[in-house]
Amino acid sequence: MMASIQKNGDKLDLAPKKFNMWIFIFTSSMFFAALTSGFIVYSGGKGHGLNVIMPSAFMYSTAVIILSSGTLFLAHKAAKNLQFGVQQLYLWLTFALGVAFFAIQVYGWYVLTYKMNVYLTDPNASRSFVYIFTGMHLIHIIAGLLLILNTLTGSYRNIPQVKNLFKMEMTSIFWHFVGIIWIYLYVFLLLNQN
Amino acid sequence: MSTLAVHDHGVAHHDEHGHEHHKETFVSKYIFSMDHKMIAKQFLITGITMAVIAMILSILFRIQLAYPDKTFPLLTTLLGHFAPNGRISTEFYLSLVTIHGTIMVFFVLTAGLSGTFANLLIPLQIGARDMASPFMNMLSYWFFFMASVVMLSSFFVQKGPASGGWTIYPPLSALPKAMPGSGEGMTLWLISMVMFVASSLMGGINYVSTVLNMRTKGMDLWKMPLTIWALFLTAILGILAFPVLVAGVVLLIFDRSFGTSFYLSDIVLNGVAQPYEGGSPILFQHLFWFLGHPEVYIVIMPAMGISSEVMSVNSRKPIFGYHAMVYSLIGITVLSFIVWGHHMFVTGMNPFLGGVFMITTLIIAVPSAVKTFNWLATLWRGNIRFTPAMLFAIGMVSFFISGGLTGIFLGNAALDINLHDTYFVVAHFHLVMGSAAIFGMLAGVYHWFPKMFGKLMDEKLGYLHFWLTFIGAYLVFFPMHFMGLDGVPRRYYAFTEFASMQKWLTINTFITWAAIMAALAQVAFLYNFITSIFAGKKTTQNPWESNTLEWTTPVEHLHGNWPGEIPTVYRWPYDYSKPGAEEDFIPQTVPFSQTMSSNLPHDFEDNPAGLEALNKFNTTLKAEEKVK
Repeated sequence: MMASIQKNGDKLDLAPKKFNMWIFIFTSSMFFAALTSGFIVYSGGKGHGLNVIMPSAFMYSTAVIILSSGTLFLAHKAAKNLQFGVQQLYLWLTFALGVAFFAIQVYGWYVLTYKMNVYLTDPNASRSFVYIFTGMHLIHIIAGLLLILNTLTGSYRNIPQVKNLFKMEMTSIFWHFVGIIWIYLYVFLLLNQN
Repeated sequence: MSTLAVHDHGVAHHDEHGHEHHKETFVSKYIFSMDHKMIAKQFLITGITMAVIAMILSILFRIQLAYPDKTFPLLTTLLGHFAPNGRISTEFYLSLVTIHGTIMVFFVLTAGLSGTFANLLIPLQIGARDMASPFMNMLSYWFFFMASVVMLSSFFVQKGPASGGWTIYPPLSALPKAMPGSGEGMTLWLISMVMFVASSLMGGINYVSTVLNMRTKGMDLWKMPLTIWALFLTAILGILAFPVLVAGVVLLIFDRSFGTSFYLSDIVLNGVAQPYEGGSPILFQHLFWFLGHPEVYIVIMPAMGISSEVMSVNSRKPIFGYHAMVYSLIGITVLSFIVWGHHMFVTGMNPFLGGVFMITTLIIAVPSAVKTFNWLATLWRGNIRFTPAMLFAIGMVSFFISGGLTGIFLGNAALDINLHDTYFVVAHFHLVMGSAAIFGMLAGVYHWFPKMFGKLMDEKLGYLHFWLTFIGAYLVFFPMHFMGLDGVPRRYYAFTEFASMQKWLTINTFITWAAIMAALAQVAFLYNFITSIFAGKKTTQNPWESNTLEWTTPVEHLHGNWPGEIPTVYRWPYDYSKPGAEEDFIPQTVPFSQTMSSNLPHDFEDNPAGLEALNKFNTTLKAEEKVK
């Protein structure tokens, strides 16, 4: 009985899996939308403004993550052109920029806490929100870094090009999304910092 | 994908398909299965187990309500320090109602219902080999299973399970020292819920992706059965609503464990002022109910879809108003996101805002009434077969009507001042989403049992189960309306101690005995379910003479569902009793060219060639008649 089953043309049906990633992005957007709405409800309802000028670290991290989107784009392009060495190089660059972003964000926390006396456990929870936004975003960054590593491993193991491109696309969708989310959060914080 | 290049990696090119043809072991077939049919069964059996546990919890607190002054030494034997001196303790009573609600809403009616039927029906009814990502599907079940274990494990910690109500409002849920149930029990509740949400999201993402990407040839959206429409929209609701709960829970966890004060302000605990200030407990309610209200539609919509399908098949009639059914489901989906405030009318909300939420809430009556009308119109003059599944589907409509009517009262901001947190609310939601959704689920179990297990369930036991449960549910919940109108508050341990409410003690005793009867009726179901799996009568391929695709698969399950090609779909799923047809059902896989005598002009709205063929057929038919 089992032998008589034919898989659909035996081709890998990857489109639905890529679609899964898009839906996950919706899910994740809802999560950040909920957090920022929570901020609005809190600060509006309680009359607690943020009153914190965002540390300049966040500006640098924004630049870094935009740059990393660029390098990932180049990696994708190289993968399409079968230049696997170039693909790996740009993937490593993206990975390094991602780690740098992570480090700058943590440095941003250090500045907030030790230089500006803005605490996670601030009685004004608008300020706690800054840590929640960045912290929850960093969890996404970790997931993105793992995806990049996964793509790199695949590339070094010479997996078939269809799969290599598939991994590349999944990583790209997610990483660009994570970048956009950070820009959204940063602009949101800038607009509400007074 | 025009740049897709063929690239040969030479020796390093492993055969990616090599592992797919390996022999199935016990573990890969029954435990870590990636076959959607097996995962559906796993969800169903775990769901039923959780339902039985939640039912036992409800009987325990019903005993306390009916006999607040009696002692039952057996309870102490069974529950130990949760029931000292033969009586359930006050704290444990609160734990019981909390965990009963949590298990029923999330574990039974979300995962048990959607998990079972979305997994079983989506690939089978749209014509797909499996889900978009079978691996994620497997993970979805195992996260659900772990969530269930963690939730139940909270009965084994010293201070007992969470007890702040299934809505876990802070500050009770945010301060571990607030009451016994706020301690480890609450922590376990949160851990369990995080895993549950992960499970739900993985499942939901798969369901949406599968429905949108993997339909067989000819299966356009308007040829999908209503079950698929309902499960699809349910999954969308889950995807949009659960992340918001996660956001609320993340902030709650920070308040609980890291000293922030998102939800906490001006709190004195055991005479000691707490350092929290500036927080807003209402913020949690906003975040919770933004999930919580869609959640009740996540619970009821699959039941609606299942009932529509079962009622059409067993009335031997097309579902009345198929398009209206779909649009009303979409309407409910959209509206469910803008009504959450009706749970918060008495939180000191701006009356204008309350008015807005009141209007959006009452508008939901429109799609709900459309659906009810269509169900009744489907039954009207049908050639009804009263199978157990059909009875449960009709029961679902009955509960939806009687429970839905009271929703119109509760949706009024002014009336809610009186009715909020009374037994009126308890009666309302236990009928409209509790009993109705359970009946939809049971209708699905009876209807698709042959598809799941290849056996038929015993009908007589099914009838016994239906009538006892149906009557039992009304006897339990109907009197609660009157208690609520009299102002009896919900979640109270012994409200009959109040002089003004003493008169309700006899009613409480009555309700408890009705609940015990309804609970015993479930034994008939469990016996039927378990024995039928092993010793039931073998089913034929299409026992209900149904049109949908799942009945074209062989009775014996195989991974990939159809031996050979996936069938093509030519028509909608509701061609029952079509005038001129040879039989009273025409499966979706039968092309119009094979049913010339029953074709109608509107079958060819976007197919001029087909219409021409039909006209030609009809003229020759008429000419032949003239000759005769």
